[in-house]
Amino acid sequence: MGDLTQQWSERIQSAATSGQALRWRGGGSKDFYGQQLAGEIVDTRGHCGIVAYEPSELVITARSGTALRDIEAALAGEGQILGFEPPHFGPQANNATHATHATLGGCIAAGLSGPRRAAVGAVRDFVLGLRLLDGAGRMLKFGGQVMKNVAGFDVSRLMAGSLGTLGLFLDISLKVLPKPRAELSLRFEMPQCNALDTLNGWAGKSLPISASCWCAEELVVRLSGAHTAVDAARRQLGGEALHTAEATACWTGWREQQADFFAGELPLWRLAVPSVVPPLQLHGEQLIEWGGSLRWLKSGAAAESIRQAAAQVGGHATLFRAAQDRKQEAGVFHPLPHQMLALQRRIKHSFDPHGICNPGRMYREF
Amino acid sequence: MTKHRQHQATHEQDFSDVGRAAFLRSLLAELASVVPRQALLSAPEELKAYECDALSAYRRMPLAVVLAEDEQQVIAVLQTCHRLGVPVVARGAGTGLSGGALPHPHGVLLSLAKMKKILHLDPVARVAVVQPGVRNLAISEAAAAHGLYYAPDPSSQIACSIGGNVAENAGGLHCLKYGLTVHNVLRARVVTIGGEIIELGNHALDAPGLDLLALTIGSEGLLAVVTEVTVKLTPKPELAQLILASFRTVEAAAAAVAAIIAAGIIPAGLEMMDKQATAAVEPYVHAGYDLDAEAILLCESDGTAEEVAEEIATMRAVLERCGASSLRVSTSEAERLKFWAGRKAAFPAVGRISPDYYCMDGTIPKKRLAEMLKAIAAMEKKYGLRCANVFHAGDGNLHPLIMYDAAIAGELQRTEAFGAEILELSVRLGGTITGEHGVGYEKIGAMCVQFSADELAAFHRIKAAFDPQGLLNPGKAVPTLHRCAELGGMHVHRGKLPFPELERF
Repeated sequence: MGDLTQQWSERIQSAATSGQALRWRGGGSKDFYGQQLAGEIVDTRGHCGIVAYEPSELVITARSGTALRDIEAALAGEGQILGFEPPHFGPQANNATHATHATLGGCIAAGLSGPRRAAVGAVRDFVLGLRLLDGAGRMLKFGGQVMKNVAGFDVSRLMAGSLGTLGLFLDISLKVLPKPRAELSLRFEMPQCNALDTLNGWAGKSLPISASCWCAEELVVRLSGAHTAVDAARRQLGGEALHTAEATACWTGWREQQADFFAGELPLWRLAVPSVVPPLQLHGEQLIEWGGSLRWLKSGAAAESIRQAAAQVGGHATLFRAAQDRKQEAGVFHPLPHQMLALQRRIKHSFDPHGICNPGRMYREF
Repeated sequence: MTKHRQHQATHEQDFSDVGRAAFLRSLLAELASVVPRQALLSAPEELKAYECDALSAYRRMPLAVVLAEDEQQVIAVLQTCHRLGVPVVARGAGTGLSGGALPHPHGVLLSLAKMKKILHLDPVARVAVVQPGVRNLAISEAAAAHGLYYAPDPSSQIACSIGGNVAENAGGLHCLKYGLTVHNVLRARVVTIGGEIIELGNHALDAPGLDLLALTIGSEGLLAVVTEVTVKLTPKPELAQLILASFRTVEAAAAAVAAIIAAGIIPAGLEMMDKQATAAVEPYVHAGYDLDAEAILLCESDGTAEEVAEEIATMRAVLERCGASSLRVSTSEAERLKFWAGRKAAFPAVGRISPDYYCMDGTIPKKRLAEMLKAIAAMEKKYGLRCANVFHAGDGNLHPLIMYDAAIAGELQRTEAFGAEILELSVRLGGTITGEHGVGYEKIGAMCVQFSADELAAFHRIKAAFDPQGLLNPGKAVPTLHRCAELGGMHVHRGKLPFPELERF
């Protein structure tokens, strides 16, 4: 447990005065993500610890440098989970000794959600409140530790996925969920177009589907909920049931991008599209999550063609993993319309008037 | 926490020097050139209908009302007002409970109520694209044929509009499980005060850049005007069942709420009513509530038949263990709706037994429920006023209904002091001054209690990023520090500040 608020505030104030760019960093598990890494590192791992956890309130509050695995372990002890099932992209085992583990702050800043996202919501949906130091070193608290709170603008949700560009998080309060009583994964042999139709059809029914993944002509869905509900859905859907260990390995592999699909040197694209969009005719292999809404593409195709394909169907494409020169050339995040970019720059400026917080991590322009 | 460090840069603009009559003529002429004759109201008798929203204690006449018929008219009105420096207050169905749609005396009231088309409903993609004036319930009605519905269900859902829901981040009876408006809106098309169209979100599950959709939902009309909304539709649960449980003490009922959550269940609905509330409701709707109970709980489960059976059995066991004095499980849809009818009629029922009532909207951690109820009971004695309590117990959102008679001198003032004390306690217990009704005009003073000077300044900078001149709904939701100081005097009671132990500035 450590509280570095005062120290950090002074460091930010002095950086603001000198114009020194700062880069917040926990375990560095997501250093690969974003447009660029710039600025003097502020290591968040010393500012750690669970500040409050009340299982019957469904709320946990922890400092930003707290290891995600420590939070998940505390929740597991009470039969609860982080609903958005975040990827760590770092070692997760409790016995891992190296300090490259994902932190809560990084998890919120990256705003990346895992397999359960389509069923229960994204990181931002679970953020209830947050304290941060803005780019002038001012401590600001937004939201709180209660489920419903509409006092003031919902700034704490804005912070999810902001990639540290608006300030340095101190602590975050999250809504948590009970661990489902039962889980069962089912496998089906199915080409992509059938899988997309099937998933959209199931999503319109009252079924306890908590995750889906299609890859290499195989669809796997996970059922979560009451034992009886999972059993009934299994009978209704058919398919081949996976053993628990195999299922856990599959979902972890997809979430952490350790599955075979993610190996290799080709750039990895993340396409977020409406779930009903038919198979995208793009060169390269695809892996599909979130009931059809999230399409991973391993491809060396031109960035322009991939972005256009995503935009045409109302989505967007992120260059998720690639060599730095490729990122420089293509831009990591989907370009914003002119007016939106101008508005986002004004919002950035309102929190970080000196432009010192993770500059250029999201867009070159801020 | 820094306070008094700097005087706030952004002040609410002062419109008082605007010469009303002369200005009005030129404003009306400008508006008449951009909207059809029938869309522009300016006669006092026409404006009267718009002088307040559902918080009728506050009334003001706007300079003019525009009933926009399409997005083009919205843009034209905003551009005109922007050019002339005239405040604009957007309004949906006017069912808000915090005065968010209270007109500005030197401004235009922009009603979106005529924009009420459901533009597109896609049952396979499970989305509906609607105009802002579409009623909340109308979306669910349109989706019903496909076995789908729009989940957030504020008690005003029969009348309230989706645009207003977006402005207020409306909740409802089922939000512990299904979320608030922010969890159920995928996209909003908005117009800024400068007349620019901005698309927030999309039909995928996320959008590039900062999440301005989340920021805009619940922004109470201060950032932009919504002209189109895409909502997520949810499959209708196969079955819903309700347990009605009675308790001899409010402490036992509150403990049962925590025990249900601790048992790993997220009920579809979890409501509490105290004895005063059931006593008000029962003669009015005959819901079958136990009038001897100090508190009753309504616990709903929904989902597949199997899921519901399992959850109901678990909740039943928990409630019995927690000392429920009686317990009934709905055996039919009709009975479930009858049990709900009492809860849903709580506000009008209290309105029947008291000439006036003041509805509060604090949220506290669930574990403090019993403490809050005890404190409210003590406040009833202190202020000599009755208070019926209904709670969204699952998420700690309280709606104490303070009963008073405005015709009796001093009762309104006592009521306001009573309410202020409840809000003070909400903040002190780790909660908030508003769970779902919004700050609006009503709670602008209480905002000064919950937020520091730096935080309020941050809100103003966000507003300025969207609306540099401060023309959209000025004087609502976020107080200026100047205003905080002024309003500090408004709730002074017997020479004491209502929250003497809390930071003031």
